[in-house]
Amino acid sequence: MSDGKPTITVCDATLRDGSHAYSHQITLEQVKAYATAAEAAGFNFLEVGHGNGLGASSLQVGESLVPEGEMLRAAKACLKRTKLSVHVIPGFATINREIAHAMDAGVELFRVGCHCTEADITQRHIGHVRSEGREAWGVLMMSHMVSADILLEETKKMQSYGAQGIVLMDSAGAYFPADVTAKIGLLAAKLEVPVGFHAHNNLGLAVANSIAALEAGARIVDGTGRGFGAGAGNAPIELIAAVLIKQGYPTALDLYKALDAGDLAAKLFAGSLPESNGVTIVSGMTGVFSGFSKPVQRAAKQFGVDGRDIFFELGKRKVVGGQEDLILEVADQLAKRSKDAGQTPPAP
Amino acid sequence: MSAKKLGVAILGTGNIGTDLMMKVLRSPVLECRLFAGRNLSSPGMTKASLLGVPVSAKGFQSIVDLKGELSLVFDATSAMDHQKHAPVLKELGLVAIDLTPAKVGKMCVPAVNLAECLNEPNVNMITCGGQASIPLAYAIKSANPGVEYLEAVSSIASRSAGPATRINLDEYLQTTEQGLSLFGGCERTKAILNLNPAQPCVHMQTTVMAKIAQPDLERTRAAVAEMVARIKAYIPGYQLVLEPMLENGRLVAMVRVDGLGDYLPRYAGNLDIINCAAIAFAEAYARQRTAQT
Repeated sequence: MSDGKPTITVCDATLRDGSHAYSHQITLEQVKAYATAAEAAGFNFLEVGHGNGLGASSLQVGESLVPEGEMLRAAKACLKRTKLSVHVIPGFATINREIAHAMDAGVELFRVGCHCTEADITQRHIGHVRSEGREAWGVLMMSHMVSADILLEETKKMQSYGAQGIVLMDSAGAYFPADVTAKIGLLAAKLEVPVGFHAHNNLGLAVANSIAALEAGARIVDGTGRGFGAGAGNAPIELIAAVLIKQGYPTALDLYKALDAGDLAAKLFAGSLPESNGVTIVSGMTGVFSGFSKPVQRAAKQFGVDGRDIFFELGKRKVVGGQEDLILEVADQLAKRSKDAGQTPPAP
Repeated sequence: MSAKKLGVAILGTGNIGTDLMMKVLRSPVLECRLFAGRNLSSPGMTKASLLGVPVSAKGFQSIVDLKGELSLVFDATSAMDHQKHAPVLKELGLVAIDLTPAKVGKMCVPAVNLAECLNEPNVNMITCGGQASIPLAYAIKSANPGVEYLEAVSSIASRSAGPATRINLDEYLQTTEQGLSLFGGCERTKAILNLNPAQPCVHMQTTVMAKIAQPDLERTRAAVAEMVARIKAYIPGYQLVLEPMLENGRLVAMVRVDGLGDYLPRYAGNLDIINCAAIAFAEAYARQRTAQT
């Protein structure tokens, strides 16, 4: 069965994307327990830190309970085969501060990301990581917002800066399988480095989209235990393991341990596991960053407006990840508008 | 008439330099005697030539050559270049307005410390996000004892961020954070910058957030309103879009900056805010010199 199928690199983002689902309150005990499970399962990389990556603990996107250096060191101590990775967004994280500290903590892979049209802001960070002898990938976030051609142009820049892998993130969970096929297919055909896909489940398509990515030539796939991630969550990594095995990709994953990792995530983060609801579906429909779900629901309550209206308005404004402050402005406007009209605003 | 104007030069012909040139041309007290860069066919140079401004492709050397006709130099090159220019300008007795994050001289936010800067040989205009956020941080500090932490988030249109801005994001963050600390009277600060490629282009927007043990919302609102009025005197497009409010344990206030549309369109408030601040300083300096002579 496995004849001709390529080996797939599996990245476990539970302790990074899951930070969004947990309002960035992941504890050291949870880090250690889950990292041990990820190591046992044989995932290639484990990504750890704030949902928005290094240096992102802030009032804007939420403060982390545990300083990132402590999280990284705790995870690193539990890993042997599985390598430690971080998400890095220039504009949040700086080379001299966060990247230097992460290197001290033993991070092996830096996934340097930016909004899908802004690859040139990653040049220095990718270059620096490579010059220090660590592995660097380029990540385009919110990649549903532009065409395959633009994604190719941007990822070629990242490749020229030294990126050793490229990941397209469906940060808003807005892709349909045909979009994945077109975009991943083009990148896999044209880039020299391996290409990967990071799914969100806002439209219920995380696993289907991940399969489409593999079939289109992706060599890297992201998942999280029980889908623990922003919005309606990610592709559950235990299902990714099942897919790889059933589809005959050669893998060193331990199926039962991968399934156990999913079960452990469910136990560790019980009560905060992502679920599909009206707000996450609208997040996917409007193509607004999944990480906005919790702050939108909070603002909806405080301003007495409908969270779904906030998402539709944010979608019209084409906000990008990191612009969480606009949630309050939009909620304030909607509240004033409905007050002026003397009624709740009509659904779009 | 022009003899009474202060002779200035602009070094650097990118977005910032070209926009500055157009603002200087409008000034009743400043005269642009030189627009200096490296490439006579750059869009900024072309614009300057069309407007009849003396140009040179000899860069910093052309300023040294013309020193007798100049009193003040706007440096819109890069932090690394300004480090080299600063000592020479000082020796030549030319006031330097530094629009790079080099931080050689005193940090200046006209709405907060203009008078203190007028006798400085070199003033640093911090960053666009700094000029937008620091006045708010200062107002918040003045209304609340015990600000524990300050944060400034700016979003700007991708098209308004030139190559120098993009390659210098780390310096932008660091310089903005230092400015927030200095003026906000608070050690722990953080700056975040987002680039948004949406079409039509988004207008610059800046949010200041603070952690304060016992925030006084009424006093904060009054202090912020007063500060916004003071800034509007030199940056007409500066407007409060979210009055100070408390949410989820943080104090939040948000402004939008519409540019004057001099060189880049009105969305590029980030260009305007730092350039209007630089012009405000230069004009105040020119008026002080006239008053003294």
